[in-house]
Amino acid sequence: MSAADFQKLATLFPNETVTHSYVQDIELPAVNGTSPGTFALVTLDNGLDHSKPTTLGPNTLVELGTVLEGLRERAARGEIVGVGVTGKPYFLVAGADLSTVKSVSGREQGLWMAQLGHEVYSTLANLGVPSFAFINGLALGGGLEIALQSTYRTVSTGAGALALPEAFIGLVPGWGGVYILPRLIGPENAVKVMIENPLSNNRTLTGPQAFDLGVADAIFEPADFVEQSVAWAAKVIAGVETPARAAAVDPADPAVAERWAGAVAAGRAFVEAKTSNASPAPAKVLDVLEANRTMTQAESAELECQTLADLMQTDEFRSTVYAFLDLVQRRAKRPAGAPDRKLARPVTKVGVVGAGLMAGQLALLLARQLKVPVVMTDIDQARVDKGVTYVHGEVDKLLAKKRISPDAANRTKALVSGSVSKEAFADADFVIEAVFEELNVKKQVFKEVEAIVSPECILATNTSSLSVTAMAEDLEHPERLVGFHFFNPVAVMPLLEIVRAPKTDDAVLATAFVLAKGLKKSAVLVKDAAAFVVNRILLRLMGEVTAAFDEGTPADVADNALRPMGLPMTPFVLGAMVGLPVAQHVQESLHEAFGDRFPVSKNLQALIDNGVTSVWDPASVKAGAPRIPEETLALMSFGDSASTGEDVLRRVQDALAEEIGLMLSEGVVAGPEDIDLCMILGAGWPMFLGGITPYLDRVGASERVNGKKFLPAGVASEPAA
Amino acid sequence: MSQDSPSGARSSGTPRSAHRAVRDVVFVDGVRTPFGRAGEKGIYAGTRADDLVVKCIRELMRRNPSLPAGRIDEVAIAATTQTGDQGLTIGRTAALLAGLPRTVPGFAIDRMCAGAMTAVTTTASGIGFGAYDVVIAGGVEHMGNHPMGAGADPNPRFMSERIVDPAALNMGNTAENLHDRFPAITKERTDAYAVASQDKLAAAYAKEQIQPDLVPVATMKPGQGWTVNSVDEPPRPGTTVEDLAGLRTPFRAHGRVTAGNAAGLNDGATAALLASADAAEELGLPVKMRLVSYAFAGVEPEVMGIGPVPATEKALKNAGLGIEDIGLFEINEAFAVQVLSFLDHFGIADDDPRVNRYGGAIAVGHPLASSGVRLMNQLARQFEEDPSVRYGMTTMCIGLGMGATVIWENPHHADYGTETTTTGDTATETGAAA
Repeated sequence: MSAADFQKLATLFPNETVTHSYVQDIELPAVNGTSPGTFALVTLDNGLDHSKPTTLGPNTLVELGTVLEGLRERAARGEIVGVGVTGKPYFLVAGADLSTVKSVSGREQGLWMAQLGHEVYSTLANLGVPSFAFINGLALGGGLEIALQSTYRTVSTGAGALALPEAFIGLVPGWGGVYILPRLIGPENAVKVMIENPLSNNRTLTGPQAFDLGVADAIFEPADFVEQSVAWAAKVIAGVETPARAAAVDPADPAVAERWAGAVAAGRAFVEAKTSNASPAPAKVLDVLEANRTMTQAESAELECQTLADLMQTDEFRSTVYAFLDLVQRRAKRPAGAPDRKLARPVTKVGVVGAGLMAGQLALLLARQLKVPVVMTDIDQARVDKGVTYVHGEVDKLLAKKRISPDAANRTKALVSGSVSKEAFADADFVIEAVFEELNVKKQVFKEVEAIVSPECILATNTSSLSVTAMAEDLEHPERLVGFHFFNPVAVMPLLEIVRAPKTDDAVLATAFVLAKGLKKSAVLVKDAAAFVVNRILLRLMGEVTAAFDEGTPADVADNALRPMGLPMTPFVLGAMVGLPVAQHVQESLHEAFGDRFPVSKNLQALIDNGVTSVWDPASVKAGAPRIPEETLALMSFGDSASTGEDVLRRVQDALAEEIGLMLSEGVVAGPEDIDLCMILGAGWPMFLGGITPYLDRVGASERVNGKKFLPAGVASEPAA
Repeated sequence: MSQDSPSGARSSGTPRSAHRAVRDVVFVDGVRTPFGRAGEKGIYAGTRADDLVVKCIRELMRRNPSLPAGRIDEVAIAATTQTGDQGLTIGRTAALLAGLPRTVPGFAIDRMCAGAMTAVTTTASGIGFGAYDVVIAGGVEHMGNHPMGAGADPNPRFMSERIVDPAALNMGNTAENLHDRFPAITKERTDAYAVASQDKLAAAYAKEQIQPDLVPVATMKPGQGWTVNSVDEPPRPGTTVEDLAGLRTPFRAHGRVTAGNAAGLNDGATAALLASADAAEELGLPVKMRLVSYAFAGVEPEVMGIGPVPATEKALKNAGLGIEDIGLFEINEAFAVQVLSFLDHFGIADDDPRVNRYGGAIAVGHPLASSGVRLMNQLARQFEEDPSVRYGMTTMCIGLGMGATVIWENPHHADYGTETTTTGDTATETGAAA
């Protein structure tokens, strides 16, 4: 077999951005007075700048494999004593070209792709001379596996992200990573790299972290990384340097076998806790890891290829690529419907109406990110002082955690001030309110603010459920009002729903989008419709589950019915976290706007009226065995039509399909992609659901309810034949 | 230059250095990048000048692990053109980019071809004066990124008031002028000298006398990938006088100066570590040379190549030495004619074995402001190889009519550390010259 045998696969992807393999011969520096010989250094380079990462598609792999086969022949002829692989600045290589892999059609093509990788990497691992990976920068998935398949590895202290993110993407590290890594760094750390990190917001390793784990044998600074790596390779080849590899294990050792089993079990528990096993990939990673302890590398390779071919056919994988690449990486950076940013007005001072908890969070974010003066107002000095003190305290916490420097802390604190008079807003360019969620209160606030500020000053509301249109009604300049809806906790959640009311003008909207970017938030443009996107969908979901519960479905059945979706938390836990009164308040607004699709639960109201903050006893949730206290049960009454978990799941699927269908026909957002982006960034919904619409498409809910799918074939599903 | 007394003779007066107690300055170590040919095909096309300096500084730190980086008191880096990748106070930027502590200051310095040499003498003076203990001094010129004279704006008064003949701003013209002044220096002699320079460098390479002080530089070019450069690009070993005879004379029709008997246009960087003798001892740093004296001198810009002659006379006078005391010469070969005018002046043969034993810039290249430290690196190695030599000299000519000379003492010489006995009747203050 040779890489060229895969040309049939490569020709199917004529538009691949090929990462080329350039070879340079280097005379190795002398060790003890003699050069060990000639070293062939392969550079992986797509010829594009750092904004276009190098990736591995079929054409790239065929070229690399062919180059390596040539080097294998030269090694056999004694012309070279070693081979190195490195990348263009900032990248070793970013991993498999996901767009290509996603569009692989049919299992056979997927299998070819998997086998092609193994063919190429096996050449690298069996050149007849030692191979070296110089990990100069980012190395993800198949990129890091190039390094793992090499005999030796150096890493740069400046290397950005090293990871095997396949479990997150919906695949397995199936080009040898799952076999080599546990042997190199021990099974526990391998599970950390292959399971825990990918499932923890796709966390990656820095160069020094990778070195500490034993992923690399030597570490050098970026300023002369290639020079030092080559010099190190010379010493290894000359036999004067031998990496220690303290973390490496022998899987045949009974003690290691025990550790191996323990690591796999811990991994399975982690996957269950994080994803409810709603996506197949993480468990498959652990299956292969568990099985390959007693396998040869070739046996493992066969299993890896078959597993990869299976997983490439899953919609969980395709949905993740859609969510990750098309939405988070691309659409989030170029929000649909945002006006030309040239229309944006400068914002040099911000006002925050209110000094409560939400106002404080907003003031902190605005001051830290925009670095402009932020003034908070409230009705009395005590509240103002409390708000400013809260912000200063948060800054001190950041300072104590060394997240910011003392100078930055001083600067941020100095930027945040308070006043009992809205006169302080006179020279503000942007004033946002975070007062009580009551239309008349907000209208009154804006009336007072408008009397003070310039006609160009933008007014923003952080309302989660009220009508922005109604808020603008009595304004002198209704065109200046925009909805600016953050998610709690403000500092953490990446989504911002920017709400356009009918009269909001383009300059105001453009400023809002530029501000969002300045705040490092991903903004989605939404029409003014009750509860906008995230809360409307969440409450529709919670409303259905609560209704099933109220009708007589046992609490554990109702609350666990959605486990196959792998959501970050159950509906009852979410309700308690949001706060039952807040959730109920939004539900009432939605009920008012949309009627019975959003039923208001009498049972929940009873809990709220009696000061109960959670359906479950919070302590029992923490302990992992949720139960409802007798006193809580006594407050509620139930119907006698119990549903099964399957019934509730299907009911929620259909309800979501209906609601999203309506939202799209109302024009709340530009398309289903924005719904998905909102649910990923605003609610933390998993990428293997693709947000939500790919999931509703694949379980049939879209067609059951709306008679058609939300997304065309191939976007987050198998490409049309 | 003064012709009143025999040139280069030992002066009968008191050496200037004897009048005050100064601290001894030692040359601890020096490195350079391999030199490249300037231009798109050169090895450093696409590589930044500041990165070349950074490689040198980091190599110095690696080679001298007993030196805590925080003990470096100054980083002086020379560049003739101080814009772009050679701008922004390159001594400071290079120090930061090399990873030296932020407490280490740096500055940029310019004396055209003698930039690195001036970086050495200026910081050495600071050491002698007590302002510094340890410094890094060096230079860089990426003549591919910064063609000679680019961006210069000569004052029109040079011409209108005949202060400088505009033709003297072109170094090749000044070399032709030097031929006019010294008709005994023929093209045959300069070509023969140039061939010898190539031969001597090739021999030095074969004997591994050049490579130990080179720091490898990795470069990446579009469509080629990374490589590591570990040898000089400019040398043309095997060049014959016949090869040179037919070369064009670009500065004057039927002239004498050609690309073959002059240094080329090059890219490269150098850096040296200097210390007070006390600090070197305290930190366990090796001593490769001791600074004896230095001098700069001006000459007519139209014959700038003669600059080393008066600079050398001054430096010898400052040292209380005579030309006969100098056992090794490292003279920069901007042009063969300029070297020969120096040798003729002091009565030294064209092929004197004391002169440029490893060849010179005609073979290895001359990235303007970097070259001074290359001369020092080579002299230091020759000192080590030849303990019979007590004093050596590094000297070079400088555009706009100047010369620079630095005299060094060999620590491997048997008399090192004792008073110079050749200074005539005046006792030298201990500690100043010893």
